[in-house]
Amino acid sequence: MNSMIYKKKSPLLVFLIPAFAFLLVYLYYPFVQNIINTVMRIGGLGRAAEGMNEPWYENYQKIMTDPYMRVALKNTLILIVCTIVFQVGIALILALLVDTIRVGAQFFRTVYFFPIVISATALGLMFNLIFLYKGGMVNQLLLHLGKLPYEVKPSGKVIVQWLDWKDQAHFLFTMLVPVMWQYVGFYFVILITGLNNIPQELYEAASIDGADGWRRTRFITLPLLRNVLCTCLVLAITGALKVFDLPWVMFGAGMPENMGWLTGTYMYDQTFNRMNVDYGSTIAVLIVVLGVVLSNVANRVFRPSEDL
Amino acid sequence: MLSDRKKIPRAITYLVLSLWALTTIYPFIWVILNSFRKKGLIMSDSFSLPLGDAFTWENYLTAWQRADFKNAYLNSFLISGTVTVFVVLIAGLAAYGLVRYRFRGRGILYSLIMAGMMFPVFSTIIPVFRMEAVMGIAGTGNRWLSLLAVILPQIAGNLCFAIIILMGFIQSIPIELEESAYIDGCNVFQIFFRIIIPPAKSSFATVAIFAFLWSYNDLFTQSFFLRYPQERGITGLLNEISSQAGVNYGLMASSVVLVVIPVLIVYICLQKHIIKGLTAGAVKG
Repeated sequence: MNSMIYKKKSPLLVFLIPAFAFLLVYLYYPFVQNIINTVMRIGGLGRAAEGMNEPWYENYQKIMTDPYMRVALKNTLILIVCTIVFQVGIALILALLVDTIRVGAQFFRTVYFFPIVISATALGLMFNLIFLYKGGMVNQLLLHLGKLPYEVKPSGKVIVQWLDWKDQAHFLFTMLVPVMWQYVGFYFVILITGLNNIPQELYEAASIDGADGWRRTRFITLPLLRNVLCTCLVLAITGALKVFDLPWVMFGAGMPENMGWLTGTYMYDQTFNRMNVDYGSTIAVLIVVLGVVLSNVANRVFRPSEDL
Repeated sequence: MLSDRKKIPRAITYLVLSLWALTTIYPFIWVILNSFRKKGLIMSDSFSLPLGDAFTWENYLTAWQRADFKNAYLNSFLISGTVTVFVVLIAGLAAYGLVRYRFRGRGILYSLIMAGMMFPVFSTIIPVFRMEAVMGIAGTGNRWLSLLAVILPQIAGNLCFAIIILMGFIQSIPIELEESAYIDGCNVFQIFFRIIIPPAKSSFATVAIFAFLWSYNDLFTQSFFLRYPQERGITGLLNEISSQAGVNYGLMASSVVLVVIPVLIVYICLQKHIIKGLTAGAVKG
């Protein structure tokens, strides 16, 4: 379809130069520079490098032995696993269910997708109120249900033993639930589009052959959805590695007691609050490497043959 | 008509779907209700309607007085508006060029765009900051320069996604339209603005909406470049409030509502475009 209009190539420069100039200056060049930064000694944000690190791989050595980095990696890996199991899992169930109904389908789509358009900062604050120690939504609910111990003082005052949702025993739950809740709708919308693309004739043929609802799901829907599921998986992995806003607003710098780091929040804290700029760059490189490696693994394991 | 055998599973389906819908709607309702409740009552009784004695406007008044919302809205809309306009224009031109022209290096450019989607903002932000400091844009304390310092990387960060989505749509426009316009004497640029943009309007709208929302909601880039109070955007302001509000939960609730309201209005008006446009691009990739 190489039409004669497009034989003359000179207008092409006008089409492509603005976009690629932007990408070159603000994406590709900084990306390469960031890798170089990992072996440099940099005193502060916006400052020039003061020379190479001694030895040049100092930051890489540090990242291997940094205990907080290990915490951040552990939490992030837990987040990835939970994202895959619950986020994509819940989204899949919801998508399969919405696919069977007609009335209200549009309503559910709109409502499920809604949290994604809200800023994570606002959501973080909202969840801070929901998980508040003294009288937050969850704790009040538990109190109403009689799940929290309380005593009534002779003066008539009620003393409740509130549950601290951000302490060492509960922080992981409190941190993961909002992140997962927010993005279920995103995978839901991707999956439901995938479902709509499955030809209706396949289901009709299966029905004639006597397949019931569960069998149709198991042997037609899920195999045909595999490509889309795989896309979701890659998005979930790279998304989880990048999570920053919600945990940052809710937990700040690694609360409680440096147990709550994620790779994103740790990188930000190192660069910004501690001015370890070159070390921050190293963490960023690790995030990219992990993202590429893990999504490749996911692709290898789950991507079906090309012809499907 | 449904047979009896099908009615029960159908009821369960609706029950499950409604339960999840409740988890996405109710927290917002809860926050809105409590933003109108007197300060002290939030912790003791947050589930009832704030009527009579419990009702107050005070939280909104405090929020408006204590924090400079007007300025923050202005900053946010300036940033996000500019980002949106440039992303749509630049990405539209690039997508058109990449779809319609056949030239050497086209494959490489396409892979570069795909790769660009993979770079998290973490991995580029430090060199960008340094570059802009050298250029005299970032860290100057001048409000307008600081806004520009956020706008430029945000445009670049949204371009790859926008180009991929728009390429999908432009591909589906029949080339015959362009050929007849060409015969009528239009040049390529007239074709782009008169023939390509009108049918792809809804996809341009999708890209515009997402560029706007991502830019408006982004905290990471903004907190790098907007260091002074008068430069802050709406998410930065909210982050500030959350660290200062202490136990004033009414203030927190009303601030959340003030930040969410513009997005809520945009979403309800445009939800059809948002979901339809996103999926058309997302599943192809």
